[in-house]
Amino acid sequence: MHVANSVKETGTTAAKLTRAQYLDLYYYMQLNRQLEDRMVRLFRQNKIVGGLYSSLGQEAVSVGTAYALEAKDWLAPMIRNIGALLVKGFKPRDIFAQHMAKYTSPTFGKDGTSHFGDLKVHHTISPISMLGDLIPVMTGVAMAGRYLGQNIVALTWIGDGGSSTGAFHEGLNLAASQRAPFVLIVENNQWAYSTPVARQVPVKNLADRAVAYGITSKITDGNDVLAVYATTKEAVEECRAGHGPVLIEVKTHRMKGHAQHDPAEYVPKEMVEYWKARDPIARYEKFLTENKIWDAKTKSEIDAKIEALLDEDQKFAEESPLPPPELAEQGVYCDGCHTIEADWQRSKQELTPPNCSVDAIWEVKSFGSLDPDADAEMKAAAQTKRPQPSAGNGAPSVRLEKTAPKSPPKPAANPPAAKATAEEKDALETAAALRVPFGRGPKDRAFREERAQKEKNRRGKRGRR
Amino acid sequence: MAAITMLEGIRQAIFEEMDRDPAVVALGEDIGVYGGAFKVTEGLLARFGPERVIDTPISETAIVGAACGMGYLGLRPIVEMQFIDFIACCFNQVTNFAAKSHYRWGAPVPMVLRGPSGGGVHGGPFHSANPEMYFMHTPGLKIIYPSTAYDAKGLLKSAVRDNNPVLFFEHKYLYRRIKEEIPAEEYTVPIGKAAVRREGKDLTILSYAAMVHTCMEAAEMLAKEGIDVEVIDLRTLLPLDRDAILTSVKKTNKLLIVHEDTRTGGIAGEIAALVCEGAFEDLDGPIARVTSLDTPVPYSPPLEERFLPNAEKVAAAARDLAKY
Repeated sequence: MHVANSVKETGTTAAKLTRAQYLDLYYYMQLNRQLEDRMVRLFRQNKIVGGLYSSLGQEAVSVGTAYALEAKDWLAPMIRNIGALLVKGFKPRDIFAQHMAKYTSPTFGKDGTSHFGDLKVHHTISPISMLGDLIPVMTGVAMAGRYLGQNIVALTWIGDGGSSTGAFHEGLNLAASQRAPFVLIVENNQWAYSTPVARQVPVKNLADRAVAYGITSKITDGNDVLAVYATTKEAVEECRAGHGPVLIEVKTHRMKGHAQHDPAEYVPKEMVEYWKARDPIARYEKFLTENKIWDAKTKSEIDAKIEALLDEDQKFAEESPLPPPELAEQGVYCDGCHTIEADWQRSKQELTPPNCSVDAIWEVKSFGSLDPDADAEMKAAAQTKRPQPSAGNGAPSVRLEKTAPKSPPKPAANPPAAKATAEEKDALETAAALRVPFGRGPKDRAFREERAQKEKNRRGKRGRR
Repeated sequence: MAAITMLEGIRQAIFEEMDRDPAVVALGEDIGVYGGAFKVTEGLLARFGPERVIDTPISETAIVGAACGMGYLGLRPIVEMQFIDFIACCFNQVTNFAAKSHYRWGAPVPMVLRGPSGGGVHGGPFHSANPEMYFMHTPGLKIIYPSTAYDAKGLLKSAVRDNNPVLFFEHKYLYRRIKEEIPAEEYTVPIGKAAVRREGKDLTILSYAAMVHTCMEAAEMLAKEGIDVEVIDLRTLLPLDRDAILTSVKKTNKLLIVHEDTRTGGIAGEIAALVCEGAFEDLDGPIARVTSLDTPVPYSPPLEERFLPNAEKVAAAARDLAKY
């Protein structure tokens, strides 16, 4: 059930943005491109210390997705998501300095490229070079955000190549089983270094994989920034409403080699020409002009602003010192240099015993057999078993659902009528579940004492009445 | 105060830390309703509920990755590996993601990764490992491997409060075999400090985890022969308590290192280098070591007995060293 946002549809979604927002999208895409263009020049002057990975032609993906997030939301960039970092509030000087290994970079020269982040203000997690690892990490961010009551969404990207890793599967499966508010952008740029996507992934659309995780997926045109934005916005809203993770495949093309050293002669010229004709910035400029959102003057004003900013920040980075050598020895451990404090947006009381205490019980809703009669047998068994008596050892009656996190509603993909039926079916299944108290019950004394106290209080009240 | 097992000490530490701070959460395979493969987390779900005690899919990489993400938002996750052998499945997430995070970009990962380790219970090649040295070579991690119920409880509490990724190895042979009275009041044991288990003047035996008990047994045997052995329990492997090691070597002038981990690349080599750097002039004999064999951990009892160090092997090595 992909929701394909075609180019035509962008006209309708476009109406939802303000003029300032339209211009923002252009600003960030152009800033992204001009910044990288300058870094290519710096690379040729040997001023970039390590590798340089181009996102030419993919700017709409980085900018359109990140622009759909709120400030409180979290993202983790991949190597070709500089545009997303700019949208999240990092400055071009951060990116220049990172690539030039300067002391003024966010990592003080300890790491390069987009390998940096910020926990306090920008809510950005640094990637590592091993692909796929951010998926479980951002799942954890999403779970923690929900736990703390922050109502945030976590988002990261993965390439077509990175979608083949084990971490991709483990992470997405965990996110799905936890119904975490997590958006995964599968940035299909057709090439994993030199290997075309069809040689790695024998499915037509990478979005098809979402079916295997039982989550929603969408496909969108990665070279249409409005389509990318609208699709991501929709996914973010679904996540925030508690519908579980969403996978979005964006179809785009990597216009340069894997990195600067790679001339990418393995890419057919015709393919490059095809995608060049669909350049996301040129397309968007045309859209802005045709819809009279801007004029030549506005464009040149924005372009001039970008030039001035980049001039200043490039100068800053070039003139910045390299780190002092002794820095190499510092910072392996956090020895109190950072304070770790969660931003609680819900009452801690809810998560403190006895309020959070439950009865450890497994619910079995199906015998799992292929035989269609099995479900009937299971329901019959459940009927005769109810009401569930407490076990002889004082093991408790069912309380798990009461204190369990509110089960988020089903994805809103179904029309309302079908949804109601699904909910009814769910309710029936719940009613028919077999509940199995497990183990010998809570062993710790504090738990028993609290329980006894609660019981005593309850009885006391009843007595007074 | 009644005597408790090491398993109970670990269990109490988890309960007390989760009671103390709602930012402490637990995740792992079968830790909730089932209470963990060794029942370390029994009763945890009942007390703290499914938001704080999370049964996960069998996905070590996802578990550790998610714990990193939780740590970034200020939680303090305690991760259980069902058997520590399975830590190999999330090697990248531990060594490249968690361990390097603070150094690279100043983002601490407060996480405890704990699990049952070690042999002697006929668990075979995949349920008996001592994988500490894979991680000893990873800057940014802390590694704890206690030998007593008191230490296990106190060190685990320190680990939960530490701002770094801490690997906490629990020797499964010791889980229910040792008992000890521990204080009723709250206490912690500092990370990075070794303990002198037995004072002696003739030679130092340095060890950790289950082998500490083996060394103590050997020390008693040797005492009857007139050899007075000092036994040091490292407790924390990373960071190593360099001062405690050098102080003891300077006192006894002879060093025997005993570990259950395999020989080549075991911690004995690192400690030998450290002693050569810091106390070479004080040595009156070669640095000796008793370790497991350089093989996978074999399954059948006679094979595993051959594989593991024991008190006789330790005592024999100590006698040889004492002759110098």
